Amino acid sequence: MKKTVFAGFGGQGVLMMGYVFAVAAMRDGREVTYLPAYGAEMRGGTANCTVVVSDEEIFSPVASSPDFAVIMNKPSLLKYEGVMKEGGTILLNSNHVSRELTRDDLTAIRIPAVDIARKLGSERIINMIMLGAFVAHTNTTSLDSIMNGLSEIVKGKKAGIMKLNRKGLDEGAEYILKGDLR
Amino acid sequence: MEKVVFKRPKYMKKAPFHYCPGCGHSIIHRLMAEVIEELGIGEKTIGVPPAGCAVLAYDYFDIDMGEAPHGRGAALATGVKRILPDRIVFSYQGDGDIAAIGTAETIHAANRGENITVIFVNNSCYGMTGGQMAPTTLLGQNSTTTPGGRDKDRDGAPIDLSEMLAITRGAVYIERTAVNSIKNIRKTKKAITKAFKVQMAGLGFSLIEILSPCPTNWKMSPVDACKWIDEDVMQTFPLKVIKDETG
Amino acid sequence: MDKKLLMRGSQVIGETAIRAGCRFYAGYPITPQNELPEFMSGAMADLEDGTFIQAESELAAINMVLGASMAGARAMTSSSSPGISLKQEGISFLAASELPAVIVNTMRGGPGLGNIAPSQGDYFQATRGGGHGDYRTIVLAPAHGQELADLTEKAFEYADRYRTPVMILADGMMGQMMEPVVLPDPINLAELPPKPWVLDGADGRPGRLIKSLILNTMEMEEHNWKLARKYEIISREIAAAETYMTEDARFVVIAYGTAARIAKGGIKRAREMGLKVGLLRPVTLYPFPERVIREMSRSVKDFLVFEMNTGQMLDDVKLSLEGRSTVHFYGRPGGVVSTPDEIAKVISSLYYRQHLEED
Repeated sequence: MKKTVFAGFGGQGVLMMGYVFAVAAMRDGREVTYLPAYGAEMRGGTANCTVVVSDEEIFSPVASSPDFAVIMNKPSLLKYEGVMKEGGTILLNSNHVSRELTRDDLTAIRIPAVDIARKLGSERIINMIMLGAFVAHTNTTSLDSIMNGLSEIVKGKKAGIMKLNRKGLDEGAEYILKGDLR
Repeated sequence: MEKVVFKRPKYMKKAPFHYCPGCGHSIIHRLMAEVIEELGIGEKTIGVPPAGCAVLAYDYFDIDMGEAPHGRGAALATGVKRILPDRIVFSYQGDGDIAAIGTAETIHAANRGENITVIFVNNSCYGMTGGQMAPTTLLGQNSTTTPGGRDKDRDGAPIDLSEMLAITRGAVYIERTAVNSIKNIRKTKKAITKAFKVQMAGLGFSLIEILSPCPTNWKMSPVDACKWIDEDVMQTFPLKVIKDETG
Repeated sequence: MDKKLLMRGSQVIGETAIRAGCRFYAGYPITPQNELPEFMSGAMADLEDGTFIQAESELAAINMVLGASMAGARAMTSSSSPGISLKQEGISFLAASELPAVIVNTMRGGPGLGNIAPSQGDYFQATRGGGHGDYRTIVLAPAHGQELADLTEKAFEYADRYRTPVMILADGMMGQMMEPVVLPDPINLAELPPKPWVLDGADGRPGRLIKSLILNTMEMEEHNWKLARKYEIISREIAAAETYMTEDARFVVIAYGTAARIAKGGIKRAREMGLKVGLLRPVTLYPFPERVIREMSRSVKDFLVFEMNTGQMLDDVKLSLEGRSTVHFYGRPGGVVSTPDEIAKVISSLYYRQHLEED
């Protein structure tokens, strides 16, 4: 069982990342829960969700000691670094979060998602770049599953947009696989 | 040869009214039964009686009746009408029911333009519970909770619910009538007929406020009660068509 | 692709309600269940015969449901704790008038405004009737996404079968969470049993009456007994509980809803430590599955009631056991969601304190 938190500003596509990942994992035949922050917790412009993926029944969908965190902004790092599971991994959008981790048991993976997105011509795919990197690093699902999940969710989206999303995923994954983590 | 000049309306049950001598409910019940018969809608009308003296209306009307909690007539009637839009649905409510505890339900049903008819019987007191102050009790009027008479500073002034409802955009037809004289009874019947026709034509919310005597709680003879409506109640609640957007 | 869908809890309830023939919904906004009325507004608009009303209050909403039910519709309203308090008037009238309806309570922390986090503080209100008078409400307690669908479908079935209001007792987390769900097939409304009591106009028959005022004391008493007999039948026919690892258990946790799934995690960890622990999860809170608990007391001498409140279902467990076993309690009120590890610790400390590891 692996717990992942996706967190950032509203508008960064944080909930979408988690949702797509959850659908992909479900289609892979795994047990899954997706829990978004709601109500008052959403005020102030932050957004987060927790996705649990498991091969057996999931008991708690809550982000108590997550294994992974995909962090899109600084406030989210402050919020989640302390609760991470020992030895956990944090994937950081390094264009927005440059701070060092304070815990030395955690692994930080920095992805310049905004730079990569600009290179691809659209900042709207920052979340797909991060998701691609997350999948490549964790192997919790495949990029094809993510794409299938995405098509299932955003039915009727233009082929061009889907292509761009795929590019974002690929570039994010590529960044990890190249091992160019600086 | 015999000629029938007066008979029990088709949709009244063969049951003696329990209402006090001189009470307006029996007259209003009869008028409504006559109108329902004349309009030929007895087989498709559903009535919603209130909590209060008129809760027992279902003992007298020979049509489908569903009792509402105190003040919720308009909400309940909304539920019935939305499920059965081709039926005729009316709620029958007293002044405390409609203008105090059920104000919100009434205003919002009117504002949504629910295609229902509300019969609002105003006897300026809580009858069933023993004559306490109603939102419609007149200034200076004695009630069991306004010793020395209703006082504006202490108790607030009477509420003009029908006028308030008239400014909602969904209300189509609102008239205030009385049942304290032959002439007014006839006018009341006409108004009820028109209200039902408004609903049958699908035009929207209609309400008839009927000033009605309560000799028991007013501590008057029935004759004096009818006179008091003319001389006092109508000063505060004048008889008129308050809103008519039927074109 | 299989029929599984990843769906938000609120939407599961809404979609299943539509498939179960719900054609009338009235509600009023309150967090954390706004996704349900929002969903219903769209779903009803897509139906030719669907009605959605955003009511002016919870009171109005439940009374609209009362009217729609009288007119024969499968009707539903939903709210969260403070709003459910307001609905109690109408729920009492539904029970008294023997009218079917489904009420969803997405519980939040309380009393008062409390907070919007998941809680189980409304157990007493739900299972004791909630409103005034001598009546009960069927209360179903889903614990995961699939059960939200299964129990919503059942709620409409039970409401019609027993002509009584049915409450689905969920919580804020269940309403927001997405889980894989297989939805039931839509029913054919025309195939439902006729309701020979609805108010639809006395065409070719005498007028019908639906009411709750019964001034004659003897008649009122008879009506009260009639309802009581109905609740007895309901208790016999639908009381349900799930058990998990109870076969050889020496220690059993009793929990429902979200608390039960957390407890399950705790039990799994306790089993890994070698403790013989199991879970009993009431699926119906009213009727309470007391027979299962009583039977279990033959082999289990220690029960732990775990609730997200300060001890409410605890009473029903004690009443069911009639002193046969020891009942411990662990509660987390206020919207706090425990972790499975925390429950595992509670279990193990009680387990050793009661010397259950000895043979």
